[in-house]
Amino acid sequence: MIYLQLLWVFVKIGVLGFGGGYAMLSLIQHEVVDHYGWMTTTDFTDMVAISQMTPGPISINLATYVGYTTAGFGGSLLASFALCLPSVIMVYLILKLFMSKRNNALMDNTLKGLKPAIAGLIFAAGLSMMNTQNFVDFGRGQYNISVIICVLAFVASYFFKANPILLIVLSGIVGFIAY
Amino acid sequence: MKKPIQLFLTFFKIGAFTLGGGYAMLSMVEKAVVDQKKWIPNDEFWDMIAVVQSLPGVFAVNTALYVGHRVAGTRGAFAAMLGAIIPSITIILLLATVFREYRDQPVVERIFKGIRPCVVALILAPSLRMIKSAKVTWKTAIIPIATVFLIWWCKISPAYVILAAIAGSLIYALVIGRKTKDGGQKTKDGRRRTEDVPSPQSPVLSPKSSVPSPKSQVLSQERKEAKP
Repeated sequence: MIYLQLLWVFVKIGVLGFGGGYAMLSLIQHEVVDHYGWMTTTDFTDMVAISQMTPGPISINLATYVGYTTAGFGGSLLASFALCLPSVIMVYLILKLFMSKRNNALMDNTLKGLKPAIAGLIFAAGLSMMNTQNFVDFGRGQYNISVIICVLAFVASYFFKANPILLIVLSGIVGFIAY
Repeated sequence: MKKPIQLFLTFFKIGAFTLGGGYAMLSMVEKAVVDQKKWIPNDEFWDMIAVVQSLPGVFAVNTALYVGHRVAGTRGAFAAMLGAIIPSITIILLLATVFREYRDQPVVERIFKGIRPCVVALILAPSLRMIKSAKVTWKTAIIPIATVFLIWWCKISPAYVILAAIAGSLIYALVIGRKTKDGGQKTKDGRRRTEDVPSPQSPVLSPKSSVPSPKSQVLSQERKEAKP
């Protein structure tokens, strides 16, 4: 049963995952945290942090981890391959009826229209992670270190395009000292 | 060495050493496939990437499948795909077992308390950059705002929101495609609210544009077709 659920969830994510790994976060979070309850938001956040620090696509990393925590080694392989399955089918279809970029303005325009929605999707994933489990000292005491970390990391990432791995390591050090 | 094995090794190396997801892999793939091995000519490679980019799913896997298939057929495609994902799967499986063991240690917990707010920032920042690069105006800001509201507040499955957004964008693209014969290069002047079926009231064009609104364009198109 759990295998069927994993298969269904990750095939669905593979089909609807437009716009890269970050855009898939929202889909994965909804299924894994809200719908099936396989992980808590905190587990999910930790996993995103680990995925960002390890090589390879974030979505594959997440699929492997979710599969492993819910159904062991077999589950991890199943979830990863389920995520790739739609890709295999689609790439073959594209190769069969080869559409070059030049005569494919329709798809181009569709994707352009889709972009603002995908941005909203990613933003929603970030907002859903803003809870008191992830911001432990929010509203407690006078120093909200979590909020300070979040704001500083945001400024560094948005305005200065700081390396995400560096930011994760630095905030880990801050957490170690502060808590 | 046989091509599928070479493909496997090439993508394995890239999968094992590239941090930062699919797009970071792209320049490594180009270097290996176009410059070093000379499997695919440069212009064909980028043409292909443009197609692959527009597909849903894992970008790195799509790229691997396409390159693999182009170089060595079905076996090449699967060899390249496995090469791209096996390092990820292995590393995460190892980390998952270690992480389970140590995550309740106070030291690890303290470190992660610091990391979690940072992860939130690392997700919010690229989404805002994307809104900027998509040239969202005050009028079209309704799209990302509605998306956030539906997913975050109403807890509607992102799957439905994406499907609605695809439907809306497709209608928009069809309208734009009719407006400009060259395939709608002037798309920057209007974006439709994706959740809705187009209504005559919805302002789709920016004031700068002098082109008739898509709606009237569609109507005039229909009239033209009706004439003969």
